[in-house]
Amino acid sequence: MSKEGVIYRVSGPVVIATGISARMYDVVHVGEEQLMGEVIKIVGDYSTIQVYEDTSGVRPGEPVTNTGNPLVVELGPGLLQSVYDGIQRPLPVLRERQGDFIERGVSVPGLDREKKWDFKPTVKVGDTVSEGQTIGEVMEDTMLHKIMVPIGVEGKVEKIDKGSFTVEETVAVIGGRNVTMMQKWPVREPRPVREKYLPDIPLITGQRVLDTMFPLAKGGAAAIPGGFGTGKTVTQQQLAKWSDAEIVVYIGCGERGNEMTEVLTEFPALEDPKSGDPLMNRTVLIANTSNMPVAAREASVYTGMTIAEYYRDMGYNVSLMADSTSRWAEAMREISSRLEEMPGEEGYPAYLAGRLSEFYERACRAETLGGDEGSISVIGAVSPPGGDISEPVSQNTLRIVRVFWALDTKLRERRHFPAINWLTSYSLYDKQLRDWYAANVAEDFPELREWAMIILQRESELQEIVQLVGSDALPDEQKITLEISRMIREIFLQQNAYHPVDTYSPMERQYAMLKLIRKYADLAYKAVEAGAPVDRIAGVPARQRFVRAKLEENIDEELEAVSRDLDAEFKELGV
Amino acid sequence: MTNVSKEYKTVTEIAGPLIFVEKTEPVAYQEMVSVRLSDGSMRRGQVLDSSEKMVVVQIFEGTSGIDLDASVRFLGDTMKMPVSKDMLGRILTGAGDPLDGGPPITPEKRLDIVGAAINPWARDNPEDFIQTGISTIDGMNTLVRGQKLPIFSGSGLPHNELALQIARQAKVRGEDEEFAVVFVAMGITNEEKQTFMQEFERTGALKNAVVFLNLADDPAIERIVTPRLGLTTAEYMAFELGMQVLVIMTDITNYCEALRQVGAAREEVPGRRGYPGYMYTDLAQLYERAGKIKGKKGSITQIPILSMPGDDITHPIPDLSGYITEGQIVMSRELHRAGIYPPVNVSSSLSRLMGGGTGEGKTREDHRGVSDQMYAAYAEGKDLRGLVAIVGKESLSDKDRKLLDFADIFEDRIVRQGFDEDRSIEDTLAIAWEILGTLDADQITRIDRKHIEKYSGRV
Ligand SMILES: Nc1ncnc2c1ncn2[C@@H]1O[C@H](COP(=O)(O)OP(=O)(O)OP(=O)(O)O)[C@@H](O)[C@H]1O
Ligand SMILES: [Mg+2]
Repeated sequence: MSKEGVIYRVSGPVVIATGISARMYDVVHVGEEQLMGEVIKIVGDYSTIQVYEDTSGVRPGEPVTNTGNPLVVELGPGLLQSVYDGIQRPLPVLRERQGDFIERGVSVPGLDREKKWDFKPTVKVGDTVSEGQTIGEVMEDTMLHKIMVPIGVEGKVEKIDKGSFTVEETVAVIGGRNVTMMQKWPVREPRPVREKYLPDIPLITGQRVLDTMFPLAKGGAAAIPGGFGTGKTVTQQQLAKWSDAEIVVYIGCGERGNEMTEVLTEFPALEDPKSGDPLMNRTVLIANTSNMPVAAREASVYTGMTIAEYYRDMGYNVSLMADSTSRWAEAMREISSRLEEMPGEEGYPAYLAGRLSEFYERACRAETLGGDEGSISVIGAVSPPGGDISEPVSQNTLRIVRVFWALDTKLRERRHFPAINWLTSYSLYDKQLRDWYAANVAEDFPELREWAMIILQRESELQEIVQLVGSDALPDEQKITLEISRMIREIFLQQNAYHPVDTYSPMERQYAMLKLIRKYADLAYKAVEAGAPVDRIAGVPARQRFVRAKLEENIDEELEAVSRDLDAEFKELGV
Repeated sequence: MTNVSKEYKTVTEIAGPLIFVEKTEPVAYQEMVSVRLSDGSMRRGQVLDSSEKMVVVQIFEGTSGIDLDASVRFLGDTMKMPVSKDMLGRILTGAGDPLDGGPPITPEKRLDIVGAAINPWARDNPEDFIQTGISTIDGMNTLVRGQKLPIFSGSGLPHNELALQIARQAKVRGEDEEFAVVFVAMGITNEEKQTFMQEFERTGALKNAVVFLNLADDPAIERIVTPRLGLTTAEYMAFELGMQVLVIMTDITNYCEALRQVGAAREEVPGRRGYPGYMYTDLAQLYERAGKIKGKKGSITQIPILSMPGDDITHPIPDLSGYITEGQIVMSRELHRAGIYPPVNVSSSLSRLMGGGTGEGKTREDHRGVSDQMYAAYAEGKDLRGLVAIVGKESLSDKDRKLLDFADIFEDRIVRQGFDEDRSIEDTLAIAWEILGTLDADQITRIDRKHIEKYSGRV
């Protein structure tokens, strides 16, 4: 079906070709060097192609071949631990072939064709199987990988073999069709599920401000907007490292090369708290940095999402981080402007909102075709110009996602990390998740959280007064409220991602810390009533011990000690 | 593939830095072009858009004097530059021609100036501490090899002095390696040029430097090429000759203005404040050329300098830069007015690669905690300045008064230092512990207890 045509025009990443009788989104090979591209607009015989590689030196008149197929991702064993560019070319293989710099015109398959995998059937000849059903298993290093019936195939298992196979070899014959361990799926199309569920289990991340204050549900979507240097990447990496998802898909979309190196150095060394295996064993990394071609950047989020869906279909909880969705939107804008399309708001194409919602809609908790339960939680970084979220990408994202972690330049300047503003952030899942927290953390946890939020709210009101008259003018009880909210901020909300102890805070510890602040608060208010001076209440040594406890290796014992000290020290204050 | 085309006399339109040419042979995207004017003088350009019958060419030296009679040749290749080790000690124009009266560069190699992206898999983690001898950088915003750390400045602030001081003092301690500076000037004034040249001479730094000078009165469009020449040279020295290269580029703002000019001439849909929508990608193609590569000895560290129009950090030029670089050193007009050099606004400055380059075995175990503590105390102290202006110092608590004073002491002892004062990291940390001593013990919350015991003498 492939058709040969020629280049008519070259302008940056956009090439116009004639004579290739294209359909939308067909993959084509452009020029003598066969650069890979995708048809994104058709007018008469003129097909506009976004090219995934640099087009310098390409001339009109050079050949263009249409493959007749859409852009697909190869799915099968070997995805985990891979590091791909935006169109699923493995970067280690590219380096082997081309050296340290990315040259053009090399096409490398996403999955290794040589490697053999031990396939164990889970169905027998004669069984009837349907789309998405598991027919066998493979160990992908330490992770169980289910081999599923490809979409569009069903019927009787006519043949199925145990043994060692490459991803291209037939492992089963089903309804007259040969089935291999590798399947292909068009990236721009969501993979089907049987039914979507309401997300009502939190994604536990070990980050106090997230888990306790603004939780994300498994299968939900969160946006994390913030100006440069406010902590989007660090937060996303923390989520990748610590959240209780089984599979991590991390997409570096138009960001820094050195950040990818950081991930590549850290993840293999980090142990999964549950299994003890390296985090990299359950991670897929997509690295299309800012200086790599923009068209491949545009594709990278879809490549990542399709891989995430594939693991969801096996019944895994997957978390997907896209850093940064703004760079993806800008890639759309750049290509759209080369197409001379009518620009929408701030030059973004009119379909920006549509693309964003299609993307976030692929987050879900669902019953898979195979009857398992799986989820994809999506966390998208947004990089608003000047840190001002009134711009189109932030606004269109906030219309879709239900969790908003607002990063704040002021907090970052104060080294309050994570610089997540507790007054403007929100999670619309908090009601849905309340029961889970009450049942799994502590009965009084939801109430404790609300109390903390009220204190923080109260602080911001009192601060306005302090700005006018100074804190000396406040009544004692309000001075204490300020001390308590300071403790909530400094002890609870602040969390140092680089500190070995503080970097991860299990749910029980989050509860213990908050409970202890509450204990201090109750004692402090009583002490005020009993007439104790504010600076003595604020200066009890136990409080200092508490502040430092989170940096201590025996933190949980320290917290208990603080609790005992509080009792003793407040007794002296007459409580 | 260097088959030069026939000569076309088919310029159909001239707009800003662009000419539109009709032609019959296929011309490559980004192909180099030479243009002969009616008076016999020559210009160079590059193809920005190539279709069957028409190409758009960007002229580096500008289009003034070009008319529809100009003749155009397509040179059959994209832009390459000669590189060689002998470039050290040379001063070249913004287009790469000798400016120092010396001979042309004898090429050891000819390299494409656009430069391919480093495969992220090939990158090596940047974690070698570079001691700049400047406390606000070493102590608070540590620079490491392979990092890109810009200086965000404003007109009239001493960013050039700071850049020179860094270039002069920067070293990786305990190592004796080949070090080179590539200095890329874009649209700087003659006076600035003089300052740089004198300083290079005074310190003898020129012998280890390659200087590219595009001056304010040179064609603006040439500026699009100048940093690429510098970075191509840097890549050759770092990754083929194994040198530690520091690239200083000033002023990125002038570069961006040139980009905007080309965009306007092409009648592109402009992005924020008239700058092209692809400016992020374009700047990334410069900044991302910093780094280290596994298995290679050399490295490229970048210090781009940009002046923030109207001192506005949300302006697209600093904003997009900040989104690409690994932190920023921000200069403060307020500190400058107060007579403090270098006037670094520590609160809005940041080095994102600080974590990897500091701590035990790199700088010192207490480094991170000390810097976090100073940040926090300084920020609180600065806040209190606002409050004191309203309610007076008397209404502050004793602890708040200490924080207020700390902010002043910090600016005086840590921020302020001499243009020739080269402080070791130990010097900086010693000052830090000394000034942290003015705070109460319970105000020190971010430093490990054992470090406090070890370094402050406090228990
Ligand atoms: N939780 C944290 N703990 C300690 N430091 C943090 C934390 N979050 C952020 N930081 C600090 O802030 C710096 C910037 O964070 P990060 O790189 O995540 O910003 P960003 O929002 O991704 O910026 P950009 O948009 O430019 O990529 C980090 O290098 C680190 O110093
Ligand atoms: Mg980031």
